[in-house]
Amino acid sequence: MSTTTTQPGGGTPAGSAPASPGKTAATELVSWKAGIGLSLLAILGTVLFGFMSNSKSAGFGIAEAANEAASSVAALVTFVLALLLSVALGYLWFVRRRSGLASGSGAVSGSGTVPGWLPPSTVAAVVVLGLAALGVAKVSKITLPSAAIGWIASVILLGLAGYTVYLTQAKKATPRWVGGTFAAVFLIGFMVWIVAGGNGDEPSISLAGLIAGSVTLAVPLVFGSLSGVLCERVGVVNIAIEGQLLLGAFSAAVVATVTHNVYAGLVAAAVAGALVSLVLAVVSIKYLVNQIIVGVVLNVLISGLTSFLFSTLLTADPDGLNKPGRLPPVDIPFLSDIPVIGPILFHQSLVGYLMYIAVIVVYLGLFHTKWGLRVRAVGEHPQAADTVGINVNRTRFWNVLMGGAIAGIGGSFFTLVSVDAFSKDMSGGRGYIALAALIFGRWNPIGAFLAALLFGFADNLQSVITIIGSPVPSQFMAMLPYALTVFAVAGLVGRSRPPAASGIPYVKG
Amino acid sequence: MKLELKGITKRFGSLVANDHIDLVVEPGQVHCLLGENGAGKSTLMNVLYGLYDPSDGEILVDGKPVVFKGPGDAMAAGIGMVHQHFMLIPVFTVAENVALGNEATKAAGFLNLDETRRKISEISKQYGFHVDPDALVEDLPVGVQQRVEIIKALVRDAEVLILDEPTAVLTPQETDELLDIIRQLKAAGKSIVFISHKLREVKEISDIITVIRRGKVVGSADPSASPTELASAMVGRAVSLTLEKKPAQPGEATFKVRDLTVVDHNGQHVVDGLSFDIAKGEVLAIAGVQGNGQTELTEAILGVQPHVTGSIVLDDVELLGKTVKQVLSAGVGFVPEDRKIDGLVGTFSISENMILDLYDKAPFAQGIGMKPALIASHAEKKVEEFDVRTPSIDVAVGTLSGGNQQKVVLARELSRPLRLFIASQPTRGLDVGSIEFVHKRVIAERDNGTPVMIVSTELDEVLELADRIAVLYRGKLVGIVPAGTSRDVLGLMMAGVPEHEAELTAHKTLEGGTHV
Repeated sequence: MSTTTTQPGGGTPAGSAPASPGKTAATELVSWKAGIGLSLLAILGTVLFGFMSNSKSAGFGIAEAANEAASSVAALVTFVLALLLSVALGYLWFVRRRSGLASGSGAVSGSGTVPGWLPPSTVAAVVVLGLAALGVAKVSKITLPSAAIGWIASVILLGLAGYTVYLTQAKKATPRWVGGTFAAVFLIGFMVWIVAGGNGDEPSISLAGLIAGSVTLAVPLVFGSLSGVLCERVGVVNIAIEGQLLLGAFSAAVVATVTHNVYAGLVAAAVAGALVSLVLAVVSIKYLVNQIIVGVVLNVLISGLTSFLFSTLLTADPDGLNKPGRLPPVDIPFLSDIPVIGPILFHQSLVGYLMYIAVIVVYLGLFHTKWGLRVRAVGEHPQAADTVGINVNRTRFWNVLMGGAIAGIGGSFFTLVSVDAFSKDMSGGRGYIALAALIFGRWNPIGAFLAALLFGFADNLQSVITIIGSPVPSQFMAMLPYALTVFAVAGLVGRSRPPAASGIPYVKG
Repeated sequence: MKLELKGITKRFGSLVANDHIDLVVEPGQVHCLLGENGAGKSTLMNVLYGLYDPSDGEILVDGKPVVFKGPGDAMAAGIGMVHQHFMLIPVFTVAENVALGNEATKAAGFLNLDETRRKISEISKQYGFHVDPDALVEDLPVGVQQRVEIIKALVRDAEVLILDEPTAVLTPQETDELLDIIRQLKAAGKSIVFISHKLREVKEISDIITVIRRGKVVGSADPSASPTELASAMVGRAVSLTLEKKPAQPGEATFKVRDLTVVDHNGQHVVDGLSFDIAKGEVLAIAGVQGNGQTELTEAILGVQPHVTGSIVLDDVELLGKTVKQVLSAGVGFVPEDRKIDGLVGTFSISENMILDLYDKAPFAQGIGMKPALIASHAEKKVEEFDVRTPSIDVAVGTLSGGNQQKVVLARELSRPLRLFIASQPTRGLDVGSIEFVHKRVIAERDNGTPVMIVSTELDEVLELADRIAVLYRGKLVGIVPAGTSRDVLGLMMAGVPEHEAELTAHKTLEGGTHV
């Protein structure tokens, strides 16, 4: 009966008692999903990286520095800082973990537990340390023998899968590090195998170029998924991200061309995205039309509208209407000289830097400010928000508008950064991938950012391996983001819990 | 602070929910609003709290008229409300919930939750609440969640506190604790508006009682009035609060549950190793606070719960693993706890709802066709028999009152020969008259020799109907006790105290003389 069995992921509604809180005997319903999934992937890995490996080596180029002297100084400074940071974080982790174990493993909110941000930060610091070390040692290329690495990776993968199956058998939950390590090893094995499968005796790719390209490709996805986060956190499903990106791209191109000012184009893109949101907000919040339907209709409408204007106006006068010029990449002094990391993070266009700022601002805003508390309350339990004097629909309205503006800026990437002209349907479904990134990232700005980076990476890898020639048809690589999304939505990465009131219009009284 | 309502009227279309209501709440007073479900108590309080605009009338605070455009205005004027369905966000911590809408901030709008935590522990100390500001609300027991709601109001300096049916979700012991809290608040000079239809509590806590019936104030009563007087005032006619029934004559036990365990999607044992029998001609009442596994138990018997182990035997036939249809045709009658969601199809007519489970069987069906004339005459007969007040059998069931809807469900379920009758919350939200009727039908079915299982969170109903009482706590059976067991013992058992201990404790409290 629908009341209790299908409470759609949203937790217990206030008022009705939670089924059995606290200390009820719980048998962990340990799902076989993880065990089966990892086993299949491990077998796939063994076949591909082990049995199908060849005798060639895979080369990974580390960035070639433009300025030799500055680069080595930057590398050294980064190395020292990363070393200090890694040691400090690692020590903190160790201490917290030990005192956590000492005070009893059952402590949930005790001071002795490891805070959630600590492990990933430590791992990140160590990765930076490793990259800086390569810079200090002036390594310009790493060459890895494909067969050896392939077999080592296969053994580790099988081991981890076996461990997961063992734990599931023993009705224990699999610790989080297993999944993380598995993903990392799989990625390394995959990269070595795929590069070694390229043409030539010693095929190689530029690692920095690969990652930098991924970040670039991820820019519209990140903006799109941030837009989704802002809307869904406040309880409105934004399917119209695709349309917002597209209209943003179109407006940026036209306005930048007409005004001869790319920055005006950027502003126009934000306005255009907000305009799409305005329609979504008015129709779905005020007139209570189904949000998903409105979103889909908007996407179709904007695709048609921009295509029509493109083929009539823009193609007739490309110089006067569709030649926006580009936002050039800007190097941040010193930081951009750090080997590998510099070109990836600090050699971006203005839109790229805006992306970093937007992720941080949205994250801090949502989780550490008064505004964010209210926004999340409205998305989780609008009645409760209303009874403490928060205007639910006004909050929703402004958030949806803001989300639209952010997606619009993401759209400007297509015409001001990537290519300097608008073309038909150039967003190419990235709005939908952004939605997937939002779910993959569990409705969290940072999660969505990382998920978008992963999708950007898959996208870029596809073009890179097509160039060097590889055993995998590029169409399969193009499938990768979508396959990942299916896994993510199926809950392989853990149960994701959307904001409880997402998609439900609020009617007072 | 003195609060006055003058001539408050609230209309929804043609329906008058509140009709010229006058009410005065004096400082340091517990003012009870007594009335049946649907009498307009909650509507009135929502008007007072700024959630509804009154169609007419005015609100005065300390003699000055005020207009509340929203709950924010009401709170600013010193009115706090604890809603029947708590207005807490389950995935937020206590501190976040308390801060919401009234946030202490640092520079640039950053939250200052430490300030909120400090205020919470201040209030907790003053009133003896034990609330961890960093606990997630969804992990807290209902009684504690209610305290969080009270803290929310107190943090905002509420002078008048409205409690809307605050005891509906509490155990008797939690109820006593709440009443103590109310006394403390009163001693601190706060005014309390206590909305309830439970006579016992109203008598125990109130200084003045205002009775509301069909949207109108029908008078005020003194807390010393007898329960029968109060009930008559509430319903508008003389009512008898006790059901006349013959002693049960149990036959052989034909319904046997053994080691029944239900696991929910989170892996929690929501029903945990239950074993009991029900004999022919006997009513077994399942008592317990809402959410202790009752819903899952009934659904497991019906066959709609996915992860069930153990055994459910009716007339030597195993029901576990059977489809719902097979279970029904084995002779199980089932009245679900929420008639609107699980019991009826609201947009279908009365006659269609009467045959929801028989539509494909003779005599109502022949091949793929149905027999409308027969279905209609069946409905006419049942409407007559079960006293369903309706203009016609063709009206949509959703338009009937709660009591009449429940009668339709009962009529359907009792129109087949039954081998087992299960009724979950059979009288929730019904008026006193309908309750009487439903109870009589349940006892009649028992006297037919059917094993009957009643699930109820209302202790009054349990005591009224039961021949034996099984108490559930967190999915486990605390014990099965005879019908004559005292309220105090049952209350303690509902909080998980085993039977013999409960009897000792209850006895001591009585001797100590602190308990009424």
